Amino acid sequence: MAMLEVNHLSIQFGGLRAVDGFHLNIEKGELYGLIGPNGAGKTTVFNLLTGVYKPTEGIIRLDGQDITGKSTIEINKAGIARTFQNIRLFKDMPVLDNVKAGLHNHYQYSVLTGVLRLPKYFKVEKEMNEKAMEILKVFDLDKEANLLAGNLPYGKQRKLEIARALATEPKLLLLDEPAAGMNPNETLELMDTIRFVQEHFHMTTLLIEHDMKLVGGICEKLTVLNFGQVLTQGETSEVLNNPQVITAYLGE
Amino acid sequence: MKNKMNKTTKNNFITYGIVILLFAVVQTLSSTGNLSRLLTGLLVPLCVYTIAAVSLNLVVGFSGELSLGHAGFMCVGAYSSALFSHMTADALPSVPRFILAILVGAVVAGVFGVLIGIPVLRLRGDYLAIVTLAFGEIIKNLINILYVGVDENGIHVATTSAGFKLAAGGKKILKGALGISGTSALYKDIKENFFLIGVILVLITLFIVQNLVNSRSGRAIMSTRDNRIAAESIGINVTKYKLLAFTVSAALAGVAGVLYSHNLSMLKVSVFDYNMSILILVYVVLGGIGNLRGSMIAAIILYALPELLRGFANYRMLIYAVVLIVMMLFNWAPAARNWRSRMVEKFKGGKMNKEAA
Repeated sequence: MAMLEVNHLSIQFGGLRAVDGFHLNIEKGELYGLIGPNGAGKTTVFNLLTGVYKPTEGIIRLDGQDITGKSTIEINKAGIARTFQNIRLFKDMPVLDNVKAGLHNHYQYSVLTGVLRLPKYFKVEKEMNEKAMEILKVFDLDKEANLLAGNLPYGKQRKLEIARALATEPKLLLLDEPAAGMNPNETLELMDTIRFVQEHFHMTTLLIEHDMKLVGGICEKLTVLNFGQVLTQGETSEVLNNPQVITAYLGE
Repeated sequence: MKNKMNKTTKNNFITYGIVILLFAVVQTLSSTGNLSRLLTGLLVPLCVYTIAAVSLNLVVGFSGELSLGHAGFMCVGAYSSALFSHMTADALPSVPRFILAILVGAVVAGVFGVLIGIPVLRLRGDYLAIVTLAFGEIIKNLINILYVGVDENGIHVATTSAGFKLAAGGKKILKGALGISGTSALYKDIKENFFLIGVILVLITLFIVQNLVNSRSGRAIMSTRDNRIAAESIGINVTKYKLLAFTVSAALAGVAGVLYSHNLSMLKVSVFDYNMSILILVYVVLGGIGNLRGSMIAAIILYALPELLRGFANYRMLIYAVVLIVMMLFNWAPAARNWRSRMVEKFKGGKMNKEAA
């Protein structure tokens, strides 16, 4: 069964159909790329998948479960986590606490337990600390655990955002331009990290990217979006050599 | 990681330590007769404003919402508990009565916190500030026309003086704009200990707020402050945690109100105006947003200062203004912050060298 199944997904903003009849099938364990020129509607698709926008039409199924029109919180609980094009970290919180915030729904104790410092508080906090450090180690951020997230260098902020998303134990990870603003070395490192996450966490990933080297390097399949519609989809090598795609990107 | 845990715990205990130390100093001064009447009169209000500032910091500093209605919640706590004290004056001895009065004040203010919070937290920034400001004024004006009394037929509530009729032997408690009088007289036997009670309440407030902030719920509250959209994307219920912070803050403001009303023989509603809300906000901002110890210290200094400067007559407000500016610079100017962090490092370095030697 497909991990993510999207059919006829559309959204209308007034007179503009930003996404029109979008469809997508991602199998479990796939690393899938969503590309397209600026303004094609890629981030809008992400916002539809995560419930930021409610679709005008269409259906979204995650692992067989219908999640169309659910709230962002419910969709995260159902198993979709994301990162943002413009980094959205909890800047005034330590790196460790950013990840621990991601663990919020998996390690629970009541408000009263926290205020009264009952034994359960110490037990669960210890487990959270261990789990969060384990995730931070994967991203080589464990040494920065006590720094404020806003003080991290740019590349590490991007990584921390992925770490925080993974802390919610998603089935599907959405990465919105993870390599934006990175230098070639950082991009290479990021590719390794994404591959590692894919294997280590048995993750299914959908990513938006402009860096064709990254897309060609790690994505198994691609969907190309142009003016809100699917231009073509399929194996990466075929799609990248499709003359229509080249035209969409470079013009006639 | 373990160090970090210890660091926050250590920080919390330093704050408790400061409170206890200040209390000890004041007690020594007062027992040796070195405390003026003026200062003695300031002690309980100091506790009131400290509780108010620390609790407001939970909303302004940790939840990131600008609330200007804090005096409104204090007002609700003050009046509900004073009514309770008057009604149960004959039924209960003073110690359990006071404890119950504190709980009544906290619960009623907390309920108002939920009721106001649900609609208000849909708003953001300036709009939220305006609505909370309006809430404070509405509460003040409502209580201003309220008459409450008790007689053998039960409790009577009226909105005009003319409509307020009690059977013979009935007791008028809340008399509209005249407020409630004689609340402190109900507690003659424990009045001497109000400062001690106040300090205990300050400690309880600090305990609740500090522990809340350093827990799972606290992280959720701060995440909604730092980035609402990201908080939702990782499954944190933003409304729930904003409401939690708002309610806890309101309930603690209610406690401050209880202490305030029971310390006075005449409680008039006009003191709970927006000036009071702004004053508390000033303590929070100058003490450092999100810094609980700072709120406490700012409340103590800035509340006591104008009173202590009465001797300087005309220069009083001038000195007060200068202190305000100095505190603002000390807490917020980048140069001052750098200097402070350098000093802290130096101090820590020195300590480590000593340990090594």
